[in-house]
Amino acid sequence: MAAASSASPAAILKDAGLFALVAFGLCVPIVSHRTDLGADGLELTPRWGLVAGLCAAIFAVRLVQRLVLERRAARAVLTPSPHQATEPVGAEPNAAQYPSSLGLPRLGLPLFVGFALFLPLIAALASGGLSPARYWIDLGILILTYVMLGWGLNIVVGLAGLLDLGYVAFYAVGAYSYALLSTVFGLSFWVCLPLAGLFAGLWGVMLGFPVLRLRGDYLAIVTLAFGEIIRLVLINWTDVTGGSAGISSIPRATFFGVPFKAGPDGFSALVGLPFDPMHRIVFLYYLILALALLTSLVTLRLRRLPLGRAWEALREDEIACRSLGIDTTKTKLTAFALGAMFGGFAGSFFAVRQGFVSPESFNFLESAIILAIVVLGGMGSQLGVAVAAVAMVGGPELLRNLGFLKAVFGEGFDPNEFRLLLFGLAMVAMMIWRPRGLISDRMPTVALGQRKAIGKDLVREGHG
Amino acid sequence: MNAPLLSLRGVSAYYGSVAALRGVDLDVNEGEIVTLIGANGAGKSTLMMTVFGAPRARSGTIAFAGEDITARPTHAIARLGLAQSPEGRRVFPRMSVQENLQMGAALHGGRYFGQDLEKVCTLFPRLKERLNQRAGTMSGGEQQMLAIGRALMSRPRLLMLDEPSLGLAPLVVKQIFSAISALNREEGMTIFLVEQNAYHALKLAHRGSVLVNGRITLSGPARALLDDPSIKAAYLEGGHAPTASVGEGVQA
Ligand SMILES: Nc1ncnc2c1ncn2[C@@H]1O[C@H](COP(=O)(O)OP(=O)(O)OP(=O)(O)O)[C@@H](O)[C@H]1O
Ligand SMILES: [Mg+2]
Repeated sequence: MAAASSASPAAILKDAGLFALVAFGLCVPIVSHRTDLGADGLELTPRWGLVAGLCAAIFAVRLVQRLVLERRAARAVLTPSPHQATEPVGAEPNAAQYPSSLGLPRLGLPLFVGFALFLPLIAALASGGLSPARYWIDLGILILTYVMLGWGLNIVVGLAGLLDLGYVAFYAVGAYSYALLSTVFGLSFWVCLPLAGLFAGLWGVMLGFPVLRLRGDYLAIVTLAFGEIIRLVLINWTDVTGGSAGISSIPRATFFGVPFKAGPDGFSALVGLPFDPMHRIVFLYYLILALALLTSLVTLRLRRLPLGRAWEALREDEIACRSLGIDTTKTKLTAFALGAMFGGFAGSFFAVRQGFVSPESFNFLESAIILAIVVLGGMGSQLGVAVAAVAMVGGPELLRNLGFLKAVFGEGFDPNEFRLLLFGLAMVAMMIWRPRGLISDRMPTVALGQRKAIGKDLVREGHG
Repeated sequence: MNAPLLSLRGVSAYYGSVAALRGVDLDVNEGEIVTLIGANGAGKSTLMMTVFGAPRARSGTIAFAGEDITARPTHAIARLGLAQSPEGRRVFPRMSVQENLQMGAALHGGRYFGQDLEKVCTLFPRLKERLNQRAGTMSGGEQQMLAIGRALMSRPRLLMLDEPSLGLAPLVVKQIFSAISALNREEGMTIFLVEQNAYHALKLAHRGSVLVNGRITLSGPARALLDDPSIKAAYLEGGHAPTASVGEGVQA
């Protein structure tokens, strides 16, 4: 970094060239030839175009990185940015207020919600009908599921600072709760939804009670184990859960009791539209949107209440919290239970959407993705989590459609195979550029207006 | 005379098997400023934290406002009306000044937040200017003011301060000490003050105690301590004498 602040353009070019050279050196043995099964044994197919492409890409990325770092270093010299600091920096004059960059998070969330509200309409108009838009609406549902899971886990990890690596366990509890309650007892989705949340929350408390006195790494390991335990129980408790085969033919969602089907007592007859199977999909879309928004609203509201503020304070300093009279165990437990409950809601949505659950859907990778969404999003930021979910879930999906990559990397190139690679690249890039997450500015929960009012009072009393 | 607000009787505390406090007796009466002075590592911070239950006293009893708090959890002790500005200040760095103060007021569910905020802002006008600043970005002195302000927001009956002058410029130390004395004079706040800055502390306090190696070796009216030759030698002139010799000097 020290070099970055005083490097000349030539030095930057040289540096990027060096990176490209190293990449070339690595590519020669690894990428430059492909072994194919030919007529007489193995044949080597040269792939120099691919090598050139990779080297050029690395050159470009390094160039951009250096330039950005350069600019940032120059800016940092001029104006220290205390709003991102967690330790004292001696920059008082411009530290008095939260920075203007808050405008983005403040506007961003309503924008995101607004877009989400109209997505089915936009998709239908753009692709000329509901049925052709199915792909986009399905993708929207998938992304929103992760947005909701991210927002739920955000309560635990982002706000309360408890590293939970087994969040998927609560997702599973919710999914199986709905699957079992509906198939065994015939309960409807709207009865099962709160029950699933309740069960997941209960599990959160049951797990939380013994483990929440652990901290950091230890807590992470225990929650990781808990996630695995739930999955193994689901696999092995065959009588109840159906083992690895899972539970199928779970009843579909109904419009508050009215099924989505053709015929006189179906949803379409009720509202007087011609029957379209897409109605159910659109309904599911708005259902998960509503659930996600509920999560977000509850979180935003709680952040303004003493409980939510206690979560955040807990993340910062547990000992200080305790000596301020906050029962840290109870506070942690509520965060854990609430996060688990939203995981449970999301789980029962998952079950009603798929109509099928099996332990496979609840493996560790799922927990890791949700956690990555929260971390990438900037712990604690609602909009950040939403953006990260779009990028992490929608990104790989979009990769499929990037046909031009085939032109660059050759016919056999399947971008989808590179999903995890891109995942890793994104993580590395984030660590370099935004180590605190996409949106790292924590919004104060108290408005400026309040401060002014108090200021005036004091001035009137002659203390100002 | 009324029973003391805080009283420690024969309190011992250990870190593992190492004794940090050995049979400490101490009283703080309603309305006074009591200061505890002692060299580095004497156990002053430990004593304050032991009152708050972490570490827990292994023997002896601690009573606050007539209740035995020896075995209570920290948060329950705080709810009885005991507040502290801990060693190292421990403000919540990523939260704004106002939010830090709200955390202090959380005990009462924020019922008196408005009026208490005004009081704290009158005491420390610097905080008023910076209500929206992130606490971690404030100067050391401002953070100290915030730590004291946060403790005050809980409307404590006893305010415990651990080295509020640590690392501050003389002018800021003066500000903080005059705020402490104003609190006591004008509101009758009972204050327990742990200090390295023995001269200032004894000037301010009504009574004082000296802690050496986890034992109280001397206590009495602050005036008398200021004039005590052994204290003069160890704490007031030419810095700190080695702990052992202080102990011997006082016991002799
Ligand atoms: N968490 C801990 N674990 C083990 N030993 C500790 C711990 N905290 C303090 N000690 C030890 O207990 C003794 C008393 O420490 P304490 O912090 O109470 O001293 P102090 O009087 O506050 O000193 P200072 O003026 O430097 O703050 C020291 O010997 C210290 O090393
Ligand atoms: Mg100390």
